[in-house]
Amino acid sequence: MTYPTATVIFLALIAFVILLGFSAARWKAGDMSHIEEWGLGGRRFGTLISWFLIGGDIYTAYTFIAIPALMFGAGAIGFFAVPYTVVCYPILYIVFPKLWKVAHKHGYITGPEFVRGRYGNKYLGLAIGVTGIFATMPYIALQLIGMQTVIGALGIPGHLPLIIAFGVLAAFTYTSGLRAPAMIAIVKDLLIYITVIAAVIVIPSELGGFSAIFAKISPAKLLLAAPPAGSTGAYTGYATLALGSAMALFLYPHSTTAILSASGPRVIRRNAVFLPAYSFLLGLLALMGFMAVASGVSSMPQFAAGFKQYGPSFAVPALVLNSFPAWFAGVAFAAIAIGALVPAAIMAIASANIFTRDIYSQFGTSSRSQTDTRVAKLFSIFMVVGALVFIMVIPSTYAVQLQLLGGMWIIQTFPAIVFSLFTRFFNGWALLVGWAVGIVSATWLVTLNHFAGAIWAFHVFGITVPSYIALATVVVNAGVAALLSLPLNAMASDRAGDETMAVDYT
Amino acid sequence: MIRWLLVVIFLLALPVPFFNQASPTLFGFPFFYWYQMAVILVSAVLTSIVFLVEDKKAGAK
Repeated sequence: MTYPTATVIFLALIAFVILLGFSAARWKAGDMSHIEEWGLGGRRFGTLISWFLIGGDIYTAYTFIAIPALMFGAGAIGFFAVPYTVVCYPILYIVFPKLWKVAHKHGYITGPEFVRGRYGNKYLGLAIGVTGIFATMPYIALQLIGMQTVIGALGIPGHLPLIIAFGVLAAFTYTSGLRAPAMIAIVKDLLIYITVIAAVIVIPSELGGFSAIFAKISPAKLLLAAPPAGSTGAYTGYATLALGSAMALFLYPHSTTAILSASGPRVIRRNAVFLPAYSFLLGLLALMGFMAVASGVSSMPQFAAGFKQYGPSFAVPALVLNSFPAWFAGVAFAAIAIGALVPAAIMAIASANIFTRDIYSQFGTSSRSQTDTRVAKLFSIFMVVGALVFIMVIPSTYAVQLQLLGGMWIIQTFPAIVFSLFTRFFNGWALLVGWAVGIVSATWLVTLNHFAGAIWAFHVFGITVPSYIALATVVVNAGVAALLSLPLNAMASDRAGDETMAVDYT
Repeated sequence: MIRWLLVVIFLLALPVPFFNQASPTLFGFPFFYWYQMAVILVSAVLTSIVFLVEDKKAGAK
Protein backbone atom coordinates (compact mmCIF):
# COMPACT_ATOMS: atom_id res chain seq x y z
CA MET A 1 0.00 0.00 0.00
CA THR A 2 1.65 3.19 -1.19
CA TYR A 3 -0.97 5.56 0.22
CA PRO A 4 -2.42 4.07 3.43
CA THR A 5 -4.61 7.05 4.47
CA ALA A 6 -6.08 7.46 1.02
CA THR A 7 -6.70 3.74 0.75
CA VAL A 8 -8.55 3.54 4.07
CA ILE A 9 -10.84 6.46 3.17
CA PHE A 10 -11.36 4.97 -0.29
CA LEU A 11 -12.32 1.54 1.05
CA ALA A 12 -14.62 3.01 3.71
CA LEU A 13 -16.57 4.98 1.12
CA ILE A 14 -16.83 2.01 -1.23
CA ALA A 15 -18.06 -0.20 1.62
CA PHE A 16 -20.67 2.43 2.50
CA VAL A 17 -22.14 2.57 -1.01
CA ILE A 18 -22.18 -1.20 -1.25
CA LEU A 19 -24.33 -1.37 1.89
CA LEU A 20 -26.49 1.34 0.39
CA GLY A 21 -26.84 -0.74 -2.77
CA PHE A 22 -28.15 -3.74 -0.88
CA SER A 23 -30.54 -1.71 1.28
CA ALA A 24 -31.95 0.05 -1.82
CA ALA A 25 -34.36 -2.82 -2.48
CA ARG A 26 -36.51 -1.59 0.42
CA TRP A 27 -36.58 2.02 -0.84
CA LYS A 28 -39.97 2.93 -2.29
CA ALA A 29 -40.50 -0.79 -2.15
CA GLY A 30 -42.29 -2.63 -4.91
CA ASP A 31 -42.80 -6.21 -6.04
CA MET A 32 -39.28 -7.16 -7.16
CA SER A 33 -40.50 -10.15 -9.12
CA HIS A 34 -42.01 -7.70 -11.59
CA ILE A 35 -39.61 -6.43 -14.25
CA GLU A 36 -41.01 -2.88 -14.23
CA GLU A 37 -40.05 -2.74 -10.55
CA TRP A 38 -36.65 -4.41 -10.84
CA GLY A 39 -35.59 -2.99 -14.19
CA LEU A 40 -37.27 0.40 -14.13
CA GLY A 41 -37.70 1.23 -10.43
CA GLY A 42 -41.46 1.12 -10.93
CA ARG A 43 -41.32 4.28 -13.14
CA ARG A 44 -41.64 6.49 -10.12
CA PHE A 45 -38.44 8.55 -9.83
CA GLY A 46 -39.09 12.27 -9.44
CA THR A 47 -37.05 15.19 -10.81
CA LEU A 48 -34.26 15.03 -8.24
CA ILE A 49 -33.65 11.26 -8.32
CA SER A 50 -33.86 11.25 -12.13
CA TRP A 51 -31.34 14.05 -12.21
CA PHE A 52 -28.89 12.00 -10.14
CA LEU A 53 -29.65 8.83 -12.09
CA ILE A 54 -29.30 10.31 -15.59
CA GLY A 55 -26.31 12.32 -14.43
CA GLY A 56 -24.73 9.22 -12.93
CA ASP A 57 -25.38 7.49 -16.19
CA ILE A 58 -23.84 9.98 -18.58
CA TYR A 59 -20.93 11.28 -16.55
CA THR A 60 -19.12 8.06 -15.73
CA ALA A 61 -15.76 7.01 -14.32
CA TYR A 62 -14.57 6.61 -17.87
CA THR A 63 -15.58 10.19 -18.63
CA PHE A 64 -13.75 11.49 -15.57
CA ILE A 65 -10.57 9.72 -16.63
CA ALA A 66 -10.78 9.85 -20.43
CA ILE A 67 -11.86 13.45 -21.11
CA PRO A 68 -9.07 15.06 -19.04
CA ALA A 69 -6.71 12.45 -20.50
CA LEU A 70 -7.68 13.59 -24.01
CA MET A 71 -7.08 17.24 -23.04
CA PHE A 72 -3.78 16.21 -21.46
CA GLY A 73 -2.65 14.26 -24.51
CA ALA A 74 -4.35 15.88 -27.52
CA GLY A 75 -5.44 19.31 -26.27
CA ALA A 76 -8.44 21.40 -27.34
CA ILE A 77 -10.20 18.64 -29.27
CA GLY A 78 -10.98 16.99 -25.90
CA PHE A 79 -13.18 19.96 -25.04
CA PHE A 80 -15.77 18.68 -27.57
CA ALA A 81 -17.31 17.05 -24.50
CA VAL A 82 -18.73 20.47 -23.60
CA PRO A 83 -20.72 21.25 -26.79
CA TYR A 84 -21.64 17.54 -26.84
CA THR A 85 -23.25 17.74 -23.41
CA VAL A 86 -24.88 21.05 -24.36
CA VAL A 87 -26.69 19.97 -27.53
CA CYS A 88 -27.77 16.63 -26.09
CA TYR A 89 -30.32 18.32 -23.81
CA PRO A 90 -32.52 19.98 -26.44
CA ILE A 91 -32.64 16.51 -28.02
CA LEU A 92 -33.65 15.07 -24.65
CA TYR A 93 -36.32 17.75 -24.28
CA ILE A 94 -37.89 17.29 -27.72
CA VAL A 95 -37.62 13.55 -28.25
CA PHE A 96 -37.69 11.56 -25.05
CA PRO A 97 -40.84 12.75 -23.27
CA LYS A 98 -42.62 11.27 -26.31
CA LEU A 99 -40.85 7.95 -25.85
CA TRP A 100 -41.81 7.97 -22.18
CA LYS A 101 -45.49 8.51 -22.99
CA VAL A 102 -45.80 5.77 -25.57
CA ALA A 103 -43.70 3.40 -23.44
CA HIS A 104 -45.84 4.06 -20.38
CA LYS A 105 -49.07 3.52 -22.30
CA HIS A 106 -47.98 0.19 -23.76
CA GLY A 107 -45.77 -1.06 -20.94
CA TYR A 108 -42.53 -0.90 -22.95
CA ILE A 109 -39.38 -0.89 -20.84
CA THR A 110 -36.82 -0.59 -23.67
CA GLY A 111 -36.31 1.41 -26.87
CA PRO A 112 -36.32 -1.64 -29.17
CA GLU A 113 -39.63 -2.71 -27.68
CA PHE A 114 -41.18 0.53 -28.83
CA VAL A 115 -39.80 0.00 -32.34
CA ARG A 116 -41.20 -3.51 -32.43
CA GLY A 117 -44.61 -2.28 -31.35
CA ARG A 118 -44.52 0.61 -33.82
CA TYR A 119 -43.79 -1.58 -36.84
CA GLY A 120 -45.05 -4.96 -35.65
CA ASN A 121 -41.63 -6.23 -36.68
CA LYS A 122 -39.76 -8.34 -34.16
CA TYR A 123 -36.67 -8.60 -36.38
CA LEU A 124 -36.27 -4.83 -36.42
CA GLY A 125 -36.69 -4.90 -32.64
CA LEU A 126 -34.04 -7.61 -32.45
CA ALA A 127 -31.57 -5.63 -34.57
CA ILE A 128 -32.04 -2.51 -32.46
CA GLY A 129 -31.84 -4.52 -29.24
CA VAL A 130 -28.71 -6.45 -30.18
CA THR A 131 -27.06 -3.18 -31.24
CA GLY A 132 -27.76 -1.82 -27.78
CA ILE A 133 -26.31 -4.82 -25.98
CA PHE A 134 -23.18 -4.91 -28.15
CA ALA A 135 -22.60 -1.18 -27.76
CA THR A 136 -23.00 -1.49 -24.00
CA MET A 137 -20.58 -4.36 -23.39
CA PRO A 138 -17.34 -2.44 -24.06
CA TYR A 139 -18.83 0.51 -22.18
CA ILE A 140 -19.09 -1.58 -19.01
CA ALA A 141 -15.55 -2.83 -19.62
CA LEU A 142 -14.35 0.78 -19.79
CA GLN A 143 -15.95 1.52 -16.44
CA LEU A 144 -13.89 -1.33 -15.03
CA ILE A 145 -10.78 0.12 -16.58
CA GLY A 146 -11.57 3.52 -15.05
CA MET A 147 -11.89 1.88 -11.66
CA GLN A 148 -8.72 -0.12 -12.22
CA THR A 149 -6.79 3.09 -12.88
CA VAL A 150 -7.65 4.59 -9.48
CA ILE A 151 -7.13 1.31 -7.64
CA GLY A 152 -3.75 1.05 -9.37
CA ALA A 153 -2.96 4.67 -8.45
CA LEU A 154 -3.51 3.80 -4.79
CA GLY A 155 -0.84 1.15 -5.21
CA ILE A 156 -3.14 -1.84 -4.74
CA PRO A 157 -1.91 -4.47 -7.18
CA GLY A 158 -3.68 -7.20 -9.10
CA HIS A 159 -7.17 -7.93 -10.36
CA LEU A 160 -8.60 -9.11 -7.05
CA PRO A 161 -9.99 -5.75 -5.82
CA LEU A 162 -11.76 -5.31 -9.13
CA ILE A 163 -13.21 -8.80 -9.04
CA ILE A 164 -14.52 -8.21 -5.53
CA ALA A 165 -15.99 -4.81 -6.44
CA PHE A 166 -17.81 -6.12 -9.46
CA GLY A 167 -18.86 -9.33 -7.75
CA VAL A 168 -20.60 -7.17 -5.17
CA LEU A 169 -22.00 -4.99 -7.94
CA ALA A 170 -23.53 -8.02 -9.63
CA ALA A 171 -25.02 -9.11 -6.29
CA PHE A 172 -26.75 -5.85 -5.41
CA THR A 173 -27.92 -5.34 -8.97
CA TYR A 174 -29.50 -8.77 -8.72
CA THR A 175 -31.33 -8.03 -5.49
CA SER A 176 -32.16 -4.32 -5.78
CA GLY A 177 -32.43 -3.66 -9.52
CA LEU A 178 -32.45 -0.03 -10.69
CA ARG A 179 -33.07 1.29 -7.18
CA ALA A 180 -29.46 0.45 -6.23
CA PRO A 181 -27.68 2.67 -8.78
CA ALA A 182 -30.31 5.39 -8.22
CA MET A 183 -29.47 5.53 -4.54
CA ILE A 184 -25.71 5.23 -5.01
CA ALA A 185 -25.76 7.90 -7.72
CA ILE A 186 -26.65 10.47 -5.06
CA VAL A 187 -23.50 9.70 -3.06
CA LYS A 188 -21.38 9.51 -6.19
CA ASP A 189 -22.45 12.89 -7.49
CA LEU A 190 -22.00 14.63 -4.16
CA LEU A 191 -18.44 13.26 -3.97
CA ILE A 192 -17.73 14.25 -7.57
CA TYR A 193 -19.02 17.79 -7.05
CA ILE A 194 -16.90 18.16 -3.91
CA THR A 195 -13.82 16.83 -5.71
CA VAL A 196 -14.13 19.00 -8.80
CA ILE A 197 -15.01 22.17 -6.91
CA ALA A 198 -12.04 21.59 -4.61
CA ALA A 199 -9.83 20.92 -7.63
CA VAL A 200 -10.73 24.13 -9.45
CA ILE A 201 -10.15 26.15 -6.29
CA VAL A 202 -7.06 24.47 -4.86
CA ILE A 203 -5.03 23.48 -7.92
CA PRO A 204 -5.10 26.79 -9.85
CA SER A 205 -4.07 28.62 -6.68
CA GLU A 206 -1.13 26.23 -6.33
CA LEU A 207 -0.19 26.77 -9.97
CA GLY A 208 -0.61 30.56 -10.03
CA GLY A 209 -4.12 30.91 -11.47
CA PHE A 210 -5.85 29.85 -14.66
CA SER A 211 -3.87 32.24 -16.88
CA ALA A 212 -0.66 30.58 -15.67
CA ILE A 213 -2.13 27.16 -16.41
CA PHE A 214 -3.21 28.09 -19.94
CA ALA A 215 0.17 29.78 -20.51
CA LYS A 216 1.88 26.42 -20.01
CA ILE A 217 -0.16 24.77 -22.79
CA SER A 218 1.55 24.70 -26.18
CA PRO A 219 -0.27 26.80 -28.84
CA ALA A 220 -0.90 23.64 -30.90
CA LYS A 221 -2.93 22.16 -28.04
CA LEU A 222 -4.57 25.34 -26.77
CA LEU A 223 -6.78 25.77 -29.84
CA LEU A 224 -7.92 23.62 -32.73
CA ALA A 225 -5.59 23.73 -35.73
CA ALA A 226 -6.78 26.12 -38.45
CA PRO A 227 -7.97 24.09 -41.47
CA PRO A 228 -5.66 23.78 -44.49
CA ALA A 229 -6.85 25.11 -47.89
CA GLY A 230 -9.68 23.07 -49.41
CA SER A 231 -10.60 21.44 -46.14
CA THR A 232 -12.82 22.21 -43.18
CA GLY A 233 -10.21 20.50 -41.01
CA ALA A 234 -10.62 20.19 -37.28
CA TYR A 235 -13.65 22.53 -37.33
CA THR A 236 -16.07 20.01 -38.80
CA GLY A 237 -14.34 17.22 -36.93
CA TYR A 238 -15.04 18.97 -33.63
CA ALA A 239 -18.63 19.97 -34.45
CA THR A 240 -19.67 16.60 -35.90
CA LEU A 241 -18.08 14.79 -32.97
CA ALA A 242 -20.16 16.88 -30.57
CA LEU A 243 -23.41 16.58 -32.54
CA GLY A 244 -23.05 12.87 -33.36
CA SER A 245 -22.19 11.99 -29.78
CA ALA A 246 -25.21 13.95 -28.56
CA MET A 247 -27.53 12.15 -31.00
CA ALA A 248 -26.18 8.79 -29.86
CA LEU A 249 -26.21 9.52 -26.13
CA PHE A 250 -29.82 8.83 -25.20
CA LEU A 251 -30.05 5.84 -27.54
CA TYR A 252 -27.68 3.88 -25.31
CA PRO A 253 -29.83 1.37 -23.40
CA HIS A 254 -28.65 2.65 -20.03
CA SER A 255 -29.73 6.21 -20.89
CA THR A 256 -33.12 5.02 -22.11
CA THR A 257 -33.58 3.03 -18.92
CA ALA A 258 -32.83 6.06 -16.76
CA ILE A 259 -35.25 8.18 -18.80
CA LEU A 260 -38.08 5.66 -18.76
CA SER A 261 -37.75 5.24 -14.99
CA ALA A 262 -38.83 8.86 -14.50
CA SER A 263 -42.31 9.36 -13.08
CA GLY A 264 -43.51 11.36 -16.08
CA PRO A 265 -42.67 13.40 -19.20
CA ARG A 266 -42.58 16.60 -17.17
CA VAL A 267 -39.75 15.16 -15.05
CA ILE A 268 -37.75 14.53 -18.24
CA ARG A 269 -38.30 18.05 -19.60
CA ARG A 270 -37.36 19.52 -16.26
CA ASN A 271 -34.18 17.49 -16.25
CA ALA A 272 -33.24 18.92 -19.63
CA VAL A 273 -33.14 22.24 -17.77
CA PHE A 274 -31.13 21.05 -14.79
CA LEU A 275 -28.76 18.47 -16.29
CA PRO A 276 -26.48 21.10 -17.91
CA ALA A 277 -25.15 21.67 -14.39
CA TYR A 278 -23.21 18.47 -14.97
CA SER A 279 -21.90 19.77 -18.28
CA PHE A 280 -20.42 22.72 -16.46
CA LEU A 281 -18.76 20.31 -14.07
CA LEU A 282 -17.49 18.28 -17.01
CA GLY A 283 -15.95 21.39 -18.58
CA LEU A 284 -14.06 22.09 -15.35
CA LEU A 285 -13.07 18.46 -15.14
CA ALA A 286 -11.74 18.52 -18.70
CA LEU A 287 -9.51 21.41 -17.69
CA MET A 288 -7.91 19.15 -15.08
CA GLY A 289 -6.08 17.68 -18.09
CA PHE A 290 -4.44 21.06 -18.62
CA MET A 291 -3.79 21.42 -14.89
CA ALA A 292 -1.96 18.10 -15.08
CA VAL A 293 0.20 19.46 -17.91
CA ALA A 294 0.91 22.68 -16.01
CA SER A 295 1.75 20.89 -12.76
CA GLY A 296 4.36 18.77 -14.52
CA VAL A 297 3.20 15.50 -12.95
CA SER A 298 4.20 13.53 -16.04
CA SER A 299 7.88 14.15 -15.33
CA MET A 300 7.77 13.43 -11.59
CA PRO A 301 9.60 10.20 -10.73
CA GLN A 302 6.91 8.94 -8.30
CA PHE A 303 4.36 8.86 -11.13
CA ALA A 304 6.60 7.45 -13.86
CA ALA A 305 5.38 3.89 -13.34
CA GLY A 306 1.73 4.98 -13.43
CA PHE A 307 2.10 6.91 -16.67
CA LYS A 308 3.99 4.00 -18.15
CA GLN A 309 1.17 1.61 -17.34
CA TYR A 310 -1.93 3.75 -17.92
CA GLY A 311 -0.70 6.44 -20.33
CA PRO A 312 -2.54 9.80 -20.35
CA SER A 313 -5.32 8.16 -18.29
CA PHE A 314 -3.02 8.54 -15.33
CA ALA A 315 -3.09 12.36 -15.62
CA VAL A 316 -6.02 12.91 -13.24
CA PRO A 317 -4.97 10.35 -10.60
CA ALA A 318 -1.43 11.77 -10.59
CA LEU A 319 -2.73 15.33 -10.35
CA VAL A 320 -4.99 14.41 -7.44
CA LEU A 321 -2.20 12.62 -5.55
CA ASN A 322 0.15 15.51 -6.18
CA SER A 323 -2.20 18.37 -5.24
CA PHE A 324 -4.31 17.11 -2.35
CA PRO A 325 -3.73 15.74 1.15
CA ALA A 326 -3.89 11.94 1.25
CA TRP A 327 -7.35 11.72 2.83
CA PHE A 328 -8.84 13.88 0.10
CA ALA A 329 -7.21 11.79 -2.61
CA GLY A 330 -9.12 8.89 -1.04
CA VAL A 331 -12.39 10.81 -1.42
CA ALA A 332 -11.63 11.75 -5.03
CA PHE A 333 -10.68 8.21 -6.02
CA ALA A 334 -13.76 6.82 -4.31
CA ALA A 335 -15.84 9.29 -6.34
CA ILE A 336 -14.33 7.95 -9.56
CA ALA A 337 -14.69 4.31 -8.52
CA ILE A 338 -18.32 4.79 -7.50
CA GLY A 339 -18.68 6.65 -10.78
CA ALA A 340 -17.88 3.29 -12.36
CA LEU A 341 -20.32 1.26 -10.27
CA VAL A 342 -23.38 3.41 -10.98
CA PRO A 343 -23.36 3.34 -14.78
CA ALA A 344 -22.09 -0.26 -14.86
CA ALA A 345 -25.11 -1.32 -12.81
CA ILE A 346 -27.54 0.63 -15.02
CA MET A 347 -25.88 -0.77 -18.15
CA ALA A 348 -26.21 -4.32 -16.88
CA ILE A 349 -29.87 -3.76 -15.99
CA ALA A 350 -30.65 -2.06 -19.30
CA SER A 351 -29.06 -4.88 -21.29
CA ALA A 352 -30.97 -7.39 -19.19
CA ASN A 353 -34.24 -5.58 -19.93
CA ILE A 354 -33.47 -5.75 -23.65
CA PHE A 355 -32.46 -9.39 -23.55
CA THR A 356 -35.65 -10.31 -21.72
CA ARG A 357 -38.15 -8.25 -23.65
CA ASP A 358 -36.67 -8.13 -27.15
CA ILE A 359 -34.81 -11.41 -27.50
CA TYR A 360 -35.81 -14.06 -24.97
CA SER A 361 -39.56 -13.44 -24.85
CA GLN A 362 -39.73 -12.96 -28.63
CA PHE A 363 -37.54 -15.77 -29.85
CA GLY A 364 -37.32 -18.18 -26.92
CA THR A 365 -40.04 -19.95 -24.99
CA SER A 366 -41.98 -16.93 -23.96
CA SER A 367 -43.82 -15.79 -20.90
CA ARG A 368 -44.05 -12.15 -20.00
CA SER A 369 -44.70 -12.21 -16.29
CA GLN A 370 -42.76 -13.94 -13.49
CA THR A 371 -39.95 -15.48 -15.51
CA ASP A 372 -39.21 -12.10 -17.01
CA THR A 373 -37.43 -10.90 -13.90
CA ARG A 374 -35.58 -14.15 -13.34
CA VAL A 375 -34.15 -14.10 -16.85
CA ALA A 376 -33.31 -10.41 -16.56
CA LYS A 377 -31.54 -10.84 -13.23
CA LEU A 378 -29.42 -13.69 -14.57
CA PHE A 379 -28.56 -11.77 -17.72
CA SER A 380 -27.46 -8.75 -15.64
CA ILE A 381 -24.93 -11.00 -13.90
CA PHE A 382 -23.80 -12.34 -17.26
CA MET A 383 -23.13 -8.77 -18.47
CA VAL A 384 -21.02 -7.87 -15.42
CA VAL A 385 -19.06 -11.11 -15.42
CA GLY A 386 -18.63 -10.84 -19.18
CA ALA A 387 -17.12 -7.38 -18.84
CA LEU A 388 -14.78 -8.59 -16.09
CA VAL A 389 -13.52 -11.50 -18.16
CA PHE A 390 -13.25 -9.18 -21.15
CA ILE A 391 -10.81 -6.78 -19.50
CA MET A 392 -8.76 -9.53 -17.90
CA VAL A 393 -8.32 -11.51 -21.10
CA ILE A 394 -8.16 -8.75 -23.71
CA PRO A 395 -5.78 -5.75 -23.60
CA SER A 396 -7.50 -2.53 -22.56
CA THR A 397 -6.79 -0.85 -25.91
CA TYR A 398 -9.33 -3.20 -27.49
CA ALA A 399 -11.97 -2.08 -25.03
CA VAL A 400 -11.35 1.52 -26.08
CA GLN A 401 -11.56 0.56 -29.74
CA LEU A 402 -14.74 -1.42 -29.23
CA GLN A 403 -16.23 1.49 -27.33
CA LEU A 404 -15.43 3.67 -30.34
CA LEU A 405 -17.26 1.18 -32.54
CA GLY A 406 -20.10 0.99 -30.03
CA GLY A 407 -20.77 4.70 -30.52
CA MET A 408 -20.86 4.19 -34.28
CA TRP A 409 -23.31 1.31 -33.90
CA ILE A 410 -25.70 2.81 -31.38
CA ILE A 411 -26.29 5.93 -33.46
CA GLN A 412 -27.60 3.67 -36.25
CA THR A 413 -30.70 3.12 -34.12
CA PHE A 414 -31.51 6.84 -34.36
CA PRO A 415 -33.83 6.67 -37.42
CA ALA A 416 -35.76 3.68 -36.06
CA ILE A 417 -36.24 5.06 -32.56
CA VAL A 418 -36.29 8.85 -32.91
CA PHE A 419 -37.95 9.35 -36.31
CA SER A 420 -40.60 6.78 -35.43
CA LEU A 421 -41.73 8.96 -32.53
CA PHE A 422 -42.64 11.72 -34.98
CA THR A 423 -43.79 9.90 -38.12
CA ARG A 424 -45.05 6.58 -39.39
CA PHE A 425 -43.73 7.37 -42.87
CA PHE A 426 -41.05 4.69 -42.69
CA ASN A 427 -41.41 1.01 -43.43
CA GLY A 428 -40.01 -1.36 -40.80
CA TRP A 429 -38.02 -3.41 -43.30
CA ALA A 430 -36.62 -0.24 -44.88
CA LEU A 431 -35.41 0.86 -41.44
CA LEU A 432 -33.80 -2.55 -41.00
CA VAL A 433 -31.92 -2.24 -44.31
CA GLY A 434 -30.88 1.34 -43.45
CA TRP A 435 -29.63 0.11 -40.08
CA ALA A 436 -27.57 -2.64 -41.76
CA VAL A 437 -26.06 -0.20 -44.26
CA GLY A 438 -25.17 2.15 -41.40
CA ILE A 439 -23.59 -0.56 -39.25
CA VAL A 440 -21.53 -2.01 -42.11
CA SER A 441 -20.33 1.31 -43.53
CA ALA A 442 -19.42 2.69 -40.09
CA THR A 443 -17.54 -0.47 -39.13
CA TRP A 444 -15.75 -0.50 -42.46
CA LEU A 445 -14.60 3.13 -42.14
CA VAL A 446 -13.38 2.54 -38.59
CA THR A 447 -11.43 -0.46 -39.85
CA LEU A 448 -9.86 1.69 -42.56
CA ASN A 449 -8.84 4.05 -39.75
CA HIS A 450 -7.19 1.07 -38.04
CA PHE A 451 -9.54 1.63 -35.08
CA ALA A 452 -7.42 4.63 -34.17
CA GLY A 453 -9.80 7.49 -34.90
CA ALA A 454 -13.46 8.41 -35.06
CA ILE A 455 -13.02 11.00 -37.81
CA TRP A 456 -12.92 10.32 -41.54
CA ALA A 457 -11.96 12.83 -44.24
CA PHE A 458 -14.97 12.77 -46.58
CA HIS A 459 -14.74 14.51 -49.94
CA VAL A 460 -17.83 16.50 -50.82
CA PHE A 461 -17.93 18.61 -54.02
CA GLY A 462 -14.16 19.01 -54.06
CA ILE A 463 -13.90 20.03 -50.42
CA THR A 464 -12.46 17.78 -47.73
CA VAL A 465 -14.86 17.57 -44.81
CA PRO A 466 -13.41 15.57 -41.93
CA SER A 467 -16.41 14.28 -39.99
CA TYR A 468 -17.38 11.97 -37.17
CA ILE A 469 -17.98 8.64 -38.92
CA ALA A 470 -21.06 7.92 -36.81
CA LEU A 471 -22.82 11.10 -37.93
CA ALA A 472 -21.95 10.65 -41.61
CA THR A 473 -23.07 7.02 -41.73
CA VAL A 474 -26.34 7.61 -39.89
CA VAL A 475 -27.22 10.16 -42.57
CA VAL A 476 -26.70 7.42 -45.18
CA ASN A 477 -28.72 5.04 -43.01
CA ALA A 478 -31.66 7.47 -42.83
CA GLY A 479 -31.44 8.19 -46.57
CA VAL A 480 -31.57 4.50 -47.46
CA ALA A 481 -34.47 3.91 -45.05
CA ALA A 482 -36.44 6.83 -46.50
CA LEU A 483 -35.85 5.87 -50.13
CA LEU A 484 -36.74 2.23 -49.58
CA SER A 485 -39.83 3.09 -47.54
CA LEU A 486 -41.63 4.50 -50.59
CA PRO A 487 -41.62 1.34 -52.76
CA LEU A 488 -41.95 -1.02 -49.78
CA ASN A 489 -44.97 0.83 -48.41
CA ALA A 490 -46.49 0.90 -51.90
CA MET A 491 -46.04 -2.85 -52.31
CA ALA A 492 -46.89 -4.05 -48.83
CA SER A 493 -47.47 -1.42 -46.19
CA ASP A 494 -46.77 -2.57 -42.63
CA ARG A 495 -48.90 0.18 -41.10
CA ALA A 496 -51.51 -2.29 -39.92
CA GLY A 497 -48.84 -3.78 -37.62
CA ASP A 498 -48.63 -0.57 -35.60
CA GLU A 499 -49.97 -1.26 -32.12
CA THR A 500 -49.59 2.40 -31.06
CA MET A 501 -51.99 5.23 -31.86
CA ALA A 502 -51.46 8.85 -32.87
CA VAL A 503 -52.82 10.00 -29.53
CA ASP A 504 -50.00 8.18 -27.68
CA TYR A 505 -47.51 10.71 -28.99
CA THR A 506 -49.19 14.02 -28.16
CA MET B 1 -43.92 27.41 -31.07
CA ILE B 2 -41.57 28.43 -28.29
CA ARG B 3 -39.65 25.17 -28.90
CA TRP B 4 -37.82 26.74 -31.83
CA LEU B 5 -35.82 28.61 -29.22
CA LEU B 6 -33.97 25.34 -28.64
CA VAL B 7 -32.47 25.59 -32.14
CA VAL B 8 -30.51 28.58 -30.87
CA ILE B 9 -28.58 26.20 -28.59
CA PHE B 10 -27.22 24.32 -31.61
CA LEU B 11 -26.36 27.60 -33.34
CA LEU B 12 -24.43 28.79 -30.28
CA ALA B 13 -22.65 25.52 -29.49
CA LEU B 14 -21.46 24.39 -32.92
CA PRO B 15 -19.99 27.35 -34.94
CA VAL B 16 -16.41 26.24 -34.26
CA PRO B 17 -14.59 28.81 -36.48
CA PHE B 18 -16.29 31.59 -34.51
CA PHE B 19 -15.03 30.49 -31.10
CA ASN B 20 -11.72 28.84 -31.99
CA GLN B 21 -9.58 31.76 -30.81
CA ALA B 22 -7.57 32.70 -27.77
CA SER B 23 -8.76 36.26 -27.22
CA PRO B 24 -10.49 37.96 -25.56
CA THR B 25 -9.61 36.17 -22.36
CA LEU B 26 -11.83 36.18 -19.29
CA PHE B 27 -10.51 35.39 -15.78
CA GLY B 28 -7.45 33.92 -17.48
CA PHE B 29 -9.53 31.63 -19.72
CA PRO B 30 -8.93 31.86 -23.49
CA PHE B 31 -12.09 32.69 -25.49
CA PHE B 32 -12.40 29.09 -26.77
CA TYR B 33 -12.88 27.84 -23.21
CA TRP B 34 -14.93 30.53 -21.51
CA TYR B 35 -17.24 30.93 -24.50
CA GLN B 36 -18.18 27.24 -24.48
CA MET B 37 -18.62 27.25 -20.72
CA ALA B 38 -20.87 30.30 -21.07
CA VAL B 39 -22.95 28.52 -23.73
CA ILE B 40 -23.78 25.87 -21.11
CA LEU B 41 -25.38 28.54 -18.93
CA VAL B 42 -27.19 30.18 -21.85
CA SER B 43 -28.53 26.82 -23.02
CA ALA B 44 -29.89 26.08 -19.55
CA VAL B 45 -31.62 29.48 -19.49
CA LEU B 46 -33.14 28.96 -22.97
CA THR B 47 -34.37 25.48 -22.06
CA SER B 48 -35.88 26.75 -18.84
CA ILE B 49 -37.76 29.48 -20.76
CA VAL B 50 -39.18 26.85 -23.10
CA PHE B 51 -40.08 24.66 -20.15
CA LEU B 52 -41.80 27.42 -18.19
CA VAL B 53 -43.82 28.67 -21.16
CA GLU B 54 -44.94 25.16 -22.13
CA ASP B 55 -45.67 24.22 -18.55
CA LYS B 56 -47.84 27.29 -18.08
CA LYS B 57 -49.73 26.53 -21.27
CA ALA B 58 -50.30 22.93 -20.18
CA GLY B 59 -51.52 24.16 -16.80
CA ALA B 60 -53.91 26.68 -18.39
CA LYS B 61 -55.62 23.99 -20.45
